[in-house]
Amino acid sequence: MKRVVENSNALNCIRLVFACLLFLALACPVSGKSPDVYININNPFLKKIPIAVPVFKGVSGNDSELAKCAEAADMLSRTLDFTSYFKLLDRGSFLFDPRKDDIVGAGINFQNWTTVGAELLITGGLLVQGDAVEAELRLFDSFKGQMLVGKKYKGPTADLLKIMRRFAGEVIYSITGERGIFDTQIAFVSTQTGPKEIFVCDFDGYDPKPVTRSGSISLSPAWSSDGQWLAFTSYARGKPELQIRQLKEKRGAVVAKEGVNISPAWFPGQFALAATLSFSGDSEIYLLTGNGNIIRRLTHNPGIDVSPSFSPDGKQMAFVSNRSGNPHIYIQELASGQVRRLTFQGRYNTQPAWSPKGDRIAYCGSDDGQFNIHVIGVKAADSVQLTRNAGNNESPSWSPDGNLIAFSSTRQGPSRIYVMNAYGTDQRMLLNLSGEQTSPRWSPPLFNQEKPLDF
Amino acid sequence: MRRVLWMIFALCFVMSGMLFTVSCAKKTISSDTSLTQSEEDRLAAERARQEELARQRALEEQRLLEERQRAAALQGQGAMTERERFVNEDVHFDFDSSVLSAEAQQILLDKAQWLRRNSDASVTIEGHCDERGTNEYNLALGDRRANSVRAYLTDLGISASRMDTVSYGEERPLDSGHDEAAWARNRRAHFEIR
Repeated sequence: MKRVVENSNALNCIRLVFACLLFLALACPVSGKSPDVYININNPFLKKIPIAVPVFKGVSGNDSELAKCAEAADMLSRTLDFTSYFKLLDRGSFLFDPRKDDIVGAGINFQNWTTVGAELLITGGLLVQGDAVEAELRLFDSFKGQMLVGKKYKGPTADLLKIMRRFAGEVIYSITGERGIFDTQIAFVSTQTGPKEIFVCDFDGYDPKPVTRSGSISLSPAWSSDGQWLAFTSYARGKPELQIRQLKEKRGAVVAKEGVNISPAWFPGQFALAATLSFSGDSEIYLLTGNGNIIRRLTHNPGIDVSPSFSPDGKQMAFVSNRSGNPHIYIQELASGQVRRLTFQGRYNTQPAWSPKGDRIAYCGSDDGQFNIHVIGVKAADSVQLTRNAGNNESPSWSPDGNLIAFSSTRQGPSRIYVMNAYGTDQRMLLNLSGEQTSPRWSPPLFNQEKPLDF
Repeated sequence: MRRVLWMIFALCFVMSGMLFTVSCAKKTISSDTSLTQSEEDRLAAERARQEELARQRALEEQRLLEERQRAAALQGQGAMTERERFVNEDVHFDFDSSVLSAEAQQILLDKAQWLRRNSDASVTIEGHCDERGTNEYNLALGDRRANSVRAYLTDLGISASRMDTVSYGEERPLDSGHDEAAWARNRRAHFEIR
């Protein structure tokens, strides 16, 4: 396990990385398609990239446009900051105001930016006309003096945040080669309106909205891998039943067998999900169609079998069983049915969440009465504890790029949703609603973006 | 000569006395320290164990007392009918367990009797858990608790068709506290007459 580089070493590290990058840049000519590697995706948080996002330039120069220019630059800064990749440089330290000059590239004196430490620079121009906005945004490598990505967007002013997130997605893609999380949402359970209901908010906690208004208990939301369906446990008819709901079209199915119908997890890439049903008198995990019909029974063991989570390739399933006396995480090969125990530390390990890259499993474990988030290798079984001395921490859920983990914590009293990076650092509260918030589940990318125009 | 003999005798007496004293003192000191040390540890451990036992006894007594008081209060009002006792008396479980204790079995014998006397009554058995652990696991655990109660009553000759079960996991605590006393009250099977 690598440790975060200390501050005193940071500068040397940056120099070294830059020397390497410069060398790489000289060595291999950049093709338009494959992006440069600016971030070590094996531990992207080892060194944060200093980035400058100065206030955007107003094209027409009217007052309402100026306000929007600051607002939009702030939106973009916050969105980029959320990834934990960047160090957003203080605008007060800038030597130069790009609003007074060129934002396109040819006229930028990049030394103004390298001097204040900015490895990356984003310039923007806004043209606000009535309710419509046009945005030109560019990302530069200030050391190379080169534009990495440039996009032009048009839309209603109300969509300014959407535009900024879309460009943030381009920034992430150009420096990591991955698509990022800016078109994802997080489902969770909230008591804001009384009993437990399912809510959904944007990846950064923005715009929380209720999905259910049943007035009964709703639990354990789970996204289908296309993001179109949400399955959850509902007491709307008095008993714990499984609801499978198409989010846009308001249709779906209910699994209401005798006993419990709980803990859904969708199968990757298919309209199928696993859930725990106890109609046989014993709780077992079954594979169901998206319409709620049983395909086959997956576990065969007297005792509790619950909380399935599939490997991204769909070949294995992690789940919780008390077959050894206490709840522990097990892994089952789906083809052979072979089961092996994964966790041996602690007395109570539950809620496995298979990482999107497939190599690790996050879970909630307890040894001493406190519940904490841990991550364990699927093969090496080397467990690392990510939360400690901060209340109870439960329900880990990976962002679809595998870089962040959402979880619930009682560190400030009532349960709230928090986010940290996959190495356990940068832990922060996602959103602050009244009541208690639990069971976050990160959506897949929701692909609701139209293609912006390339320059 | 007598004087010399006397002196030798006296000398021997004194020296052996001294020897004895010295060796004795040494022994006492050395063995004393080690004894004191281990003894203290042992006593401290024993004290801690006794305190823990006393604390647990006190908690248990407190719980029983409260239960008796509740029952007495209801009886005092003349309101504690058999039916109400049937509904109010819960069956309790250990942490992460659905095993019926001797006390739980005694309560269920009473419940079976009532169900025999009231053969037209149907009941719902609710399985509940304390707040520790995860919601999904606790839903499955509550289900097992309700089922083990139903199975016990079926063995006593009560028709399974009169008994419905529902698990609430940790979703409906009786006691909103966050200590062992609250958790013990919340780990329960509760009866509702349909």
